[in-house]
Amino acid sequence: MAKFEPVLLARIGKPDSALLETYQRDGGYSALKKALGMAPEEIINTVKDSGLRGRGGAGFPTGLKWTFLPKGHPGPIYLAINADESEPGTFNNRILMEEDPHQIIEGIIISCFAIKSNKSFLYLRYEYGKSYRALENAVNECYAAGILGDNVMGSGFKCDIVLHRGAAAYICGEETGLIESLEGKRAWPRIKPPFPAIEGAFRKPTIVNNIETMACVVHIVNKGVEWFKSMGVPADPNNPRDAGSYGPKLYCLSGHVNKPGCYEVPLGITARQLIDEYGGGVPNGRGIKAVVPGGISMGFLSASELDTPLDFNGPGKVGCLGLGTAAVVVIDDQTSMVDVLYNCCRFFSHESCGQCTPCREGTAWMTKIMHRIRSGQGEMRDLDLLAEVAGSIGIIPGTTICGLSDGAAWPVKNAIKKFRPEFEEYIQSKRSTIKPAELLAVH
Amino acid sequence: MAVLTDSMRERIRDLCTKYPQKQAVTLPALHMVQDEFRHVSLEAIKEIAALLELHPAEVHDTMSFYGFYRDENHKLGKHRVWVCRSISCMLHGGEELLASLCEKYHIKPGETTADGKVTLEFAECLGACEGAPCILVDDNCEMNMTTEKVASLVNKM
Ligand SMILES: Cc1cc2nc3c(=O)[nH]c(=O)nc-3n(C[C@H](O)[C@H](O)[C@H](O)COP(=O)(O)O)c2cc1C
Ligand code: SF4
Ligand code: FES
Repeated sequence: MAKFEPVLLARIGKPDSALLETYQRDGGYSALKKALGMAPEEIINTVKDSGLRGRGGAGFPTGLKWTFLPKGHPGPIYLAINADESEPGTFNNRILMEEDPHQIIEGIIISCFAIKSNKSFLYLRYEYGKSYRALENAVNECYAAGILGDNVMGSGFKCDIVLHRGAAAYICGEETGLIESLEGKRAWPRIKPPFPAIEGAFRKPTIVNNIETMACVVHIVNKGVEWFKSMGVPADPNNPRDAGSYGPKLYCLSGHVNKPGCYEVPLGITARQLIDEYGGGVPNGRGIKAVVPGGISMGFLSASELDTPLDFNGPGKVGCLGLGTAAVVVIDDQTSMVDVLYNCCRFFSHESCGQCTPCREGTAWMTKIMHRIRSGQGEMRDLDLLAEVAGSIGIIPGTTICGLSDGAAWPVKNAIKKFRPEFEEYIQSKRSTIKPAELLAVH
Repeated sequence: MAVLTDSMRERIRDLCTKYPQKQAVTLPALHMVQDEFRHVSLEAIKEIAALLELHPAEVHDTMSFYGFYRDENHKLGKHRVWVCRSISCMLHGGEELLASLCEKYHIKPGETTADGKVTLEFAECLGACEGAPCILVDDNCEMNMTTEKVASLVNKM
């Protein structure tokens, strides 16, 4: 297979790629110039026609989301950029921001112009210090060059970007948790509706979009709808609800692979292709036991499911929650799934915001049960108990406000179903694989 | 005696102009104070609240939600070293790295070395999984870490 020529990552790794000068030399801000000559509705329609779906995890069609804003609203309307990137395994936003911040800023200004917003808040997880400094410098360069401010490139359009740093909490990535946190409150997700497009940040209409989504917008405006639609997996003509999976995608590859990294390929590559052709296979000649298809919230692919295409529909066909963030974590055949599942459960109980009882208690109990199993004191019926808890928490069963708990449930559901014999064998053996660090670390 | 410096007050007032509501400056103000004083005291909370026209309880409520901020009973050392324990790092020995650092510095996660130099923390995914296991020193990420590499970073602090 011929290697795909990266578009979103085209400038990554080049000298001084984060600077305005090099960005403009590479043709940067030409999409913005083009967009400023279009009508805002025309840009929305272009993004809609491209089939672009949000890259932050939920895969909602971006152009369609933009049309949910109230028509003829007097403003202000806000664009909140989600750069909280905390789903385990995910790091594509970080690479874009650190190495090519102007690409993101260009996407933000175009999107603001399209949705008639004069202000964007970029919510950045605190841990991304290097991203923060790259963005801060890039934003300052833009103000000095008249690309941001009261008169964007002489068009009369006003656009400001405010960088806002979070405080190390995964739930701030959930769009309404993000909004609450931005407002200076605890990051408790809101009950929807109202959706942010109607009532979002500071009670004003707000669009929340991911960093990678912004990068896609630049190239859709530049290269057009046909170009974007020429890549990926077309919508299933027999399924009117399928929006298709178009365009390039940044896949993050980590875990047991020889060449971990962020790779840009058209949507729909299989896990096996990604691991073999890009990741250079599994180290030490080992086999693969399981693969996380899109961040741990999405569950697991078993070794027999590696030919699953990683488009928006693929992982769901084999029982995973979805494509998520397309963060692929490879787990080799020498790794215990009991350890892996415990690690996932602990993450979600640590990160649950505690607002909904089923999520707060369910994630805590799943962690406790997994701890019991790992300490050699599990019983067979614990597996059914885990499945029962996992089946009862989340938006899908309808017991919680946000999707964190669906993400907590999925690795449990998949692991117990796809790797049950391993869990049974472990419980029967009565062995314990608890490591010293875990006794030190609190949940 | 006021806790917040004049420069902090000025920066907080300046930030207020960028947001439609002053309350939005809560996190930035807490960061400012904690970066400088290595904790956020009750007095600082009151002064932030006054500047943002909030009740101190509102600032405290927000602050207490984020495990990131420390009160006067849990002051931070000069530097904060976070060791990632999430999946990709765990597959590359992140938990063992955390355990060995605890042993080396005779502290548990969350605690500070006796000389006040380093507070050791566990972190969830730092978004640098391609360089697992990784750590965060204050807000700088360091990839492909070993106990020796972390120790040499700590020595240079
Ligand atoms: C628990 C949870 C955490 C999330 N974390 C993130 C995140 O870190 N970054 C992100 O862009 N979206 C995250 N999302 C998805 C957002 O809620 C939202 O769908 C997304 O930011 C919209 O942008 P997009 O349409 O451009 O993808 C998260 C969702 C949930 C339920
Ligand atoms: S589902 Fe969990 S994380 Fe989401 S709002 Fe409820 S308690 Fe918070
Ligand atoms: S799991 Fe450690 S950085 Fe992602």
